[in-house]
Amino acid sequence: MLALKTQHINKYFYEPVAFQALKDLSFEVKKGEFLSLVGKSGCGKSTLLYILSTMDTDYEGTLEINGEILTGKHYNELAHFRNEHIGFVFQFHYLLPEFTVLQNVMMPALKLARYQRSEIEDRAYAKLKLLGIEAQAGKKASKLSGGQQQRVAIARALINDPAIIMGDEPTGNLDSANTQVVFEIFRELTTKYQQTIIAVTHDDEFARNSDRIIEMKDGIIIRQ
Amino acid sequence: MKILFEIAKTQMLSRSRQTLIATLGVTFGIGMFIVLVSFMTGVNILLEETMLSATPHIRIYNDIAVQKTSIVNEYAQTQNNINLIHHIKPKNEKRNLKNGLLMVENISKDAEVLGVSPQVSTQVFYNFGPIQMNGNIVGVNIFAEDKLFDLKSKMQAGKIENLLTAHDAILMGTGLAKKLNLNVGDKVTVSTPDGTLKLLQVVGIFKYGIGAIDDFRSYANIATVQKILKEDTRYITDINIKLKDYYQAKSIAKEYAQKFDYKIEDWETANATILVSFTLRNIITYATSLTLLIVAGFGIYNILNMTIYEKMRDIAILKAQGFAGRDVLGIFMIQALTIGILGGFSGILIGFLLSLWISTIPFDSGGFLAMDTFPVNFSPRYYIIGLVFGLLTTTFAGYFPARRASKIDPVEILRG
Repeated sequence: MLALKTQHINKYFYEPVAFQALKDLSFEVKKGEFLSLVGKSGCGKSTLLYILSTMDTDYEGTLEINGEILTGKHYNELAHFRNEHIGFVFQFHYLLPEFTVLQNVMMPALKLARYQRSEIEDRAYAKLKLLGIEAQAGKKASKLSGGQQQRVAIARALINDPAIIMGDEPTGNLDSANTQVVFEIFRELTTKYQQTIIAVTHDDEFARNSDRIIEMKDGIIIRQ
Repeated sequence: MKILFEIAKTQMLSRSRQTLIATLGVTFGIGMFIVLVSFMTGVNILLEETMLSATPHIRIYNDIAVQKTSIVNEYAQTQNNINLIHHIKPKNEKRNLKNGLLMVENISKDAEVLGVSPQVSTQVFYNFGPIQMNGNIVGVNIFAEDKLFDLKSKMQAGKIENLLTAHDAILMGTGLAKKLNLNVGDKVTVSTPDGTLKLLQVVGIFKYGIGAIDDFRSYANIATVQKILKEDTRYITDINIKLKDYYQAKSIAKEYAQKFDYKIEDWETANATILVSFTLRNIITYATSLTLLIVAGFGIYNILNMTIYEKMRDIAILKAQGFAGRDVLGIFMIQALTIGILGGFSGILIGFLLSLWISTIPFDSGGFLAMDTFPVNFSPRYYIIGLVFGLLTTTFAGYFPARRASKIDPVEILRG
């Protein structure tokens, strides 16, 4: 079963000079697959990830997630789709600093409003426990260490049980021990919960240990 | 939706100082608006009431007019002759309203009319030893006059009923009495324009609070003045009318002008300059206080803009998590409106308390106006205007930064 499918994706930048960042990319990602996107800086892997994430809508070609064609949808619909089906992990963990760890994790679920508040709270605790940081739940997000923040960000990405979790160098800011922890979590998500992972990474070891690597160069896929 | 309120609340509380300053801006703006408008309209109402307390809503009198063209002139033009009569004087006409009492009866049947007071007024000199003081005597039916101008409440000494019981009695303006050094019970000689002398007794002293009346006028019975003027009992020079709704004066005056062939003057025409000054004062007040509100609006605009600039990354994260542009707009509009509502209601409270305080400050108008403290109008209308305008300002001031936030492209921010 396919989690994600792209057909003939082209992406152009016009600033500062006209430049084709992605050239006719077509590929498929299976459900439960752990995919690494690798390549040198400027090869277009992050650009591709943001198109896959539905946040960047300025491209040619079609994007299909969970069998639903997302190309051409209104941005409010796309926001709702992201909320329900896509989880995000960024390099710099990007929590909202004024909120507690628990509030940060609960936020996408409160937005989705699929469950009651009390149930969302229980689920958020469960996710934090899965990542071994439930003790920090009541703290302000800004008071945590980098590794802890990254784990909170992963817990937040998981709260709505998304079909796909996307990471833009999710371990880029972590030491090897924390990288290992995050990798293990990702691995467990794919095997145990059949969730799909697409991660842009510079970490060769991380990529090697994933199920599949897509290597890019100058806007095209050179190896997959 | 609840989550939007939670995010807005957390953001505002984490920047409590800026939030407070923005709120105080609105509070101050609305508070000052209310104080200024209440005070200004209070003054206007006092002046209007003072004016109307002595001015009839409609006055009918016989205006002295010079004949513009004489018959000789008309004849001269047609016959190619020369007319040598220059500077035509008016005829020796009596200043009375013919059939005046019939007019009074007619007018008092009008449903719009609250009271009618026929008068006989004449210029007189008050003799004070060797000095003659200019003034006038108004012959009235004292109860009709009381109905129009509430004379009873204006009596400083004596009672209006004294006029009926005493012979050749007058009620005198307080300024005039002071100048003539007269008290209740004293007598004064008046001389009319044609030289008649008459001894009158002061039985009461009134005060309108308007120098132009208090320093010149005396009231007497109609019969007394008719006697001084050597006129019969049908001799009436003025008819004063009080209406149920004095803003109808203009249209009713027009109606009467068609019915009666005399000069009909409504209070608005008679006091046109004062009314224009009211309007101008109102314009200045509104301009000043609305400027205050707009300045407060800029404060909100500025603070929200700063918040959004600082929170770009957070907005991008919210969008990545699935918050739509309209959710982000909502978060910031909630903040703007919270500031507007909190500021608005505290502004109303501050405005009310300040107005209350101002209304207790003693003010000495030098006896020209009937007031002891600053006049303040507590009409709820201005509180509603202040609140509505305050909310409008904050909505606008919040909308533009909020819309900018809703349009932030998360990809641009997250990629760095």
